[in-house]
Amino acid sequence: MSEAGSQFVNIGERTNVTGSARFRELITNGDYDTALEVARQQVENGAQVIDVNMDEGMLDSEAAMVRFLNLIAAEPDISRVPIMIDSSKWSVIEAGLKCVQGKAIVNSISLKEGEEPFLKQARKIRRYGAATVVMAFDEDGQADTADRKFEICARSYKLLTQKAGMRAEDIIFDPNIFAVATGIEEHNEYAIAFIEATKRIRAELPHAHVSGGVSNLSFSFRGNNAVREAMHAAFLYHAIRAGMDMGIVNAGQIMVYDDIPLDLLERIEDVLFNRRDDATDRLLEIADEHCDSGAEAAEKNLEWRDGSVAQRMEYALVHGISDFVIDDTEEARLEAERPLHVIEGPLMAGMNVVGDLFGAGKMFLPQVVKSARVMKQAVAHLTPFMEAEREAAGAAAEPNGKILLATVKGDVHDIGKNIVGVVLQCNNYDVVDLGVMVPAEKILATARDEAVDIIGVSGLITPSLDEMVALAREMKRQEFDLPLLIGGATTSRLHTAVKVAPGYDKAVIHVPDASKAVGVMSNLLSKTARDDYVAQIRDEYAAAREKHAGSGRSSKRQTIEGARANQAPIDWSDFAAPVPSFLGTRVFEVYDLEELRARIDWTPFFRTWELAGKYPDILDDDVVGESARELFDDANEMLDRMIAEAWLTPKAVVGFWPANAVGDDIKLYANADRSEEISVVHTLRQQMMRGNNARPNFALADFVCPADAGAPDYVGGFVVTAGAEIDGIANRFERDNDDYNSILAKALTDRLAEAFAERMHQRVRTELWGYAPDEALSNEELISEDYRGIRPAPGYPACPDHTEKRTLFDLLDAEAATGVELTESFAMWPPSSVSGFYFAHPEARYFGVGKIERDQVEDYAARKGMDVEMMERWLLPNLNYDPAEFEGKNTAE
Amino acid sequence: MNQPQAPKSLEAEMKNRIVVLDGAMGTEIQALKLVSADYHGKHFEGLGNDLTGNNDILNLTAPDAIRDVHASYLAAGADIVTTNTFNATTISQADYEMEEYVVEINAEGARLAREACQQVMDADAGRVCWVAGAIGPSNKTTSISPDVNDPGFRAIDFDTIKESYKHAARALLVGGVDLFLIETIFDTLNAKACIFGLEELFEETLERRPMMISGTITDLSGRTLTGQTPEAFWNSVRHADPMTVGLNCSMGAQQLRPYLSELSRVADTFICAYPNAGLPNEFGEYDEAAETTARFVREWAEDGLVNIVGGCCGTTPAHIAAIHEAVAGIAPREIPEREPAMRLSGLEPFTVPA
Repeated sequence: MSEAGSQFVNIGERTNVTGSARFRELITNGDYDTALEVARQQVENGAQVIDVNMDEGMLDSEAAMVRFLNLIAAEPDISRVPIMIDSSKWSVIEAGLKCVQGKAIVNSISLKEGEEPFLKQARKIRRYGAATVVMAFDEDGQADTADRKFEICARSYKLLTQKAGMRAEDIIFDPNIFAVATGIEEHNEYAIAFIEATKRIRAELPHAHVSGGVSNLSFSFRGNNAVREAMHAAFLYHAIRAGMDMGIVNAGQIMVYDDIPLDLLERIEDVLFNRRDDATDRLLEIADEHCDSGAEAAEKNLEWRDGSVAQRMEYALVHGISDFVIDDTEEARLEAERPLHVIEGPLMAGMNVVGDLFGAGKMFLPQVVKSARVMKQAVAHLTPFMEAEREAAGAAAEPNGKILLATVKGDVHDIGKNIVGVVLQCNNYDVVDLGVMVPAEKILATARDEAVDIIGVSGLITPSLDEMVALAREMKRQEFDLPLLIGGATTSRLHTAVKVAPGYDKAVIHVPDASKAVGVMSNLLSKTARDDYVAQIRDEYAAAREKHAGSGRSSKRQTIEGARANQAPIDWSDFAAPVPSFLGTRVFEVYDLEELRARIDWTPFFRTWELAGKYPDILDDDVVGESARELFDDANEMLDRMIAEAWLTPKAVVGFWPANAVGDDIKLYANADRSEEISVVHTLRQQMMRGNNARPNFALADFVCPADAGAPDYVGGFVVTAGAEIDGIANRFERDNDDYNSILAKALTDRLAEAFAERMHQRVRTELWGYAPDEALSNEELISEDYRGIRPAPGYPACPDHTEKRTLFDLLDAEAATGVELTESFAMWPPSSVSGFYFAHPEARYFGVGKIERDQVEDYAARKGMDVEMMERWLLPNLNYDPAEFEGKNTAE
Repeated sequence: MNQPQAPKSLEAEMKNRIVVLDGAMGTEIQALKLVSADYHGKHFEGLGNDLTGNNDILNLTAPDAIRDVHASYLAAGADIVTTNTFNATTISQADYEMEEYVVEINAEGARLAREACQQVMDADAGRVCWVAGAIGPSNKTTSISPDVNDPGFRAIDFDTIKESYKHAARALLVGGVDLFLIETIFDTLNAKACIFGLEELFEETLERRPMMISGTITDLSGRTLTGQTPEAFWNSVRHADPMTVGLNCSMGAQQLRPYLSELSRVADTFICAYPNAGLPNEFGEYDEAAETTARFVREWAEDGLVNIVGGCCGTTPAHIAAIHEAVAGIAPREIPEREPAMRLSGLEPFTVPA
């Protein structure tokens, strides 16, 4: 192309709903993922700016513009180029300008509505820091002759540079490219008019640019892409020479001028320059000969199958497609020298891509779990071959050692852990992988049963850090001596040194990534190197701790007496408690899953999958909507099966007892006459400093009528479970290497348990305790807890002492009634269970006890008849002091 | 339009010599070893909120300490002091539930800096000092998601953050600042919202003050946190016609140099740069010696990269004194002439010659 052409700016036109039927369909169907691919392809094909247009009657154009631009902002390979914000509506343009950090181009403004709005918009564009396209359009309409085109542009130029403070070089004129060869005589001059106007603009309006939407030109040849592309190429060739320096074009389909067949070129140029009266007819005559089939794109979906086996495996991993994985893995195995090389080669490479995309926020958790499913299936296919190889190699193939791997409780991230597992297996270590969301007690029990050499835990979310700290302490308590390896995205060497290692007196080592795992393992398992290695790490961590020391601080608390003096001010003088419909317990043996399904609070379900947003809005979310919908569909499909095939048997037990508060304790009685005390519920009180007349320092006991006030009162309690069957169901999926469905089933069962608790609470309010018989709330209002009374659970903020769960379970005889058991750390099994107390007082509310001081812990321990040290262990996260330090001080004094 | 006297002469001054900006406020406050009660002062005695670490609140609760920090930088040779208002927006103060005091914090911040300058100018008739009203980026970002797993999420939108900046800037303006310093920009869209808010403020009050715009480079990729190269960043903010553009924070002077050099080449306005005292050590502390920082800054000056220099995280009056001495007598950078062109940007710059 000419030298002028080398500076011509290609503006991608495919992300325009008015110009591309495909893009319009993608956007109206909400398929933003594919829409984003269109943008990416344009940049890959050389678009230097991308035009985004959402002007479609059926669309909320503003919302679509914002959504698409926000999505683009998260894609560095798209957002590296400037954006052209294209709309005929100013509101859409302005919404778009608020989403781009770069210097963008507005497309477009014009004098159509007169000078005042034109200048107003121009000043705003300047304030947003964008360049702008100005259409050759004024109060009298769109300019079609060269003279009028230039006249309007010149007038606009003057207004913009003199009255709106716009730099001339930031103005781009669009002197209107109209369709030619339409059969209407007036249209024959349109191409010439554009080219002539362009020449004058470039000559007389210094520094301004000229652009245009080229595809309009060939509108009458819709369906014949070969002719259209040739027309565009020919037109651009001449317009660029006239000074057009930008154009909205399909960057992937620019034909080279010299490649246009000569007979076609001649007839096209006849049309463009209106050189003969029969130009249009003559072009039509040969148009069909140059028609392409246009069918190439049809089989696009499986195009990726044409790549090399490594490329296919990467594609399948990134896109979570398991349809071909066995065949591809087998093909790769046959090509590879050893089956292991398939894992080390294409599979690891693909998973690295997944890891990078996930890290960059371009993949979401559900997709990553699907990738892992593909990975696991590939590995499962290879495993027998690797074992055969090992056997063939003879008896020497004793594993180097055995490691237990788990993602800690509350965390479903296992990609990093899976990679570590694969790497270790490749290095002849025996790996016991407990999967994700593994409670500490399961990790430790399995470690014993399997006689592993090392425990490795992983986590990606921040709460997992506390789980790891707790695990280390638990290992010490249970007198383990296995090394503990810490890994995962949120972990760090410093955190491990400062928080985890002090809890466990044996080796605790942070492993920053999979590549380090083998080295750490071999050091730890080497008889000769082990002791020195562990000592060296211990010294390093001690040094890190020392360096870190002194930066901690806690905020001041008040004394427990002071806090009690500021308890919730409830007037009990005229109090008359509502009387429950029964006293003692009632068991609900079977419960209709369908009834619970309708009450599911979906928002936390999506949160489990790290999809942030409120249901149902999340389904239409700009970014995660696509993922959320897919997940939601999968979830509902599974729920259908759960109900149809009766996977679960939900059970509940509810109880009510006469009760009165005594200090911070609540005494429970066997009968209404309150002669026989059957149990005491101990509550903890907030100890934060409160200013004058500020909020009370709450304890749950505040919501129960004090014994000395004389009036009878009641409290309730409950345990519900969605069904113990979930474990078996999840295991079945895991055996099929299907973590995705395993996690899905677990997450849904959790939701059903919560829905069950919510449903029982509703029945308690309206029927079983019956203090709000007329309550009529929608599911949304139920979820937002717009009702009277609370159901705090032991282990949660209002009642952080897990050991109170024992009291509750004994009161309800919950094990026998529901099959729910308490583990040694008072976790409920099956995990999809919910328990708690019921309080009915209108002033009863949820609160967090927060950090408490030693004076309350001592008092509380005495009330419970436990020793202070034991109490401190259970209340560790709530202590406003370091018990070890406290102890140290006492002995030092 | 009411153009104040002082900044005019600052522009003239910048043609004669390299002007010196002050150093870090945070380091100096840390050195005072304040406790919770100091942050509360008499002003907020008994208030339940934990104000520890809310350095901006000290404008109200420990004004003498803040004025003293300004005075110590002026004594070290700074020409411009920046107000102690980096986090004084409703968005950032929400962390301490102190939104309602934002106006007071900014107005007092401006007054304290003003007073410190006035004392110096009263004592030495030959000296002119300027007050730059500092506007930090806030802890929210308009163009990226705070959650890596949910890139479409935005914790805040353009209009909300714009109003928050404008609200703070209005109080700084009333308090008497000579300039506005939009600093530590990690997200250019935030900065664009701030510029937009300032332009609205200037239009409403008929008072205009020059803007200083200062971005921050995240790491050795040489880009802002939101991914822009220095030139792309400049293209994004050039419409503000700022008196200076530059870089601060993020790295030491040595590491900042290539990016400063790029910005200096492309920006047709004055350049202001104030680095950290080196790279942070393992615990996030800056420990580069004053002389070392000054040596790198002098190299910038000798190579004609800068018009204003100062210090960011970890720098002290000793650093500023050393920098002041190091650049004395070195000719300031000359503003380059650039061909008119449409200079667009995404994450990368894109130029369409005119």
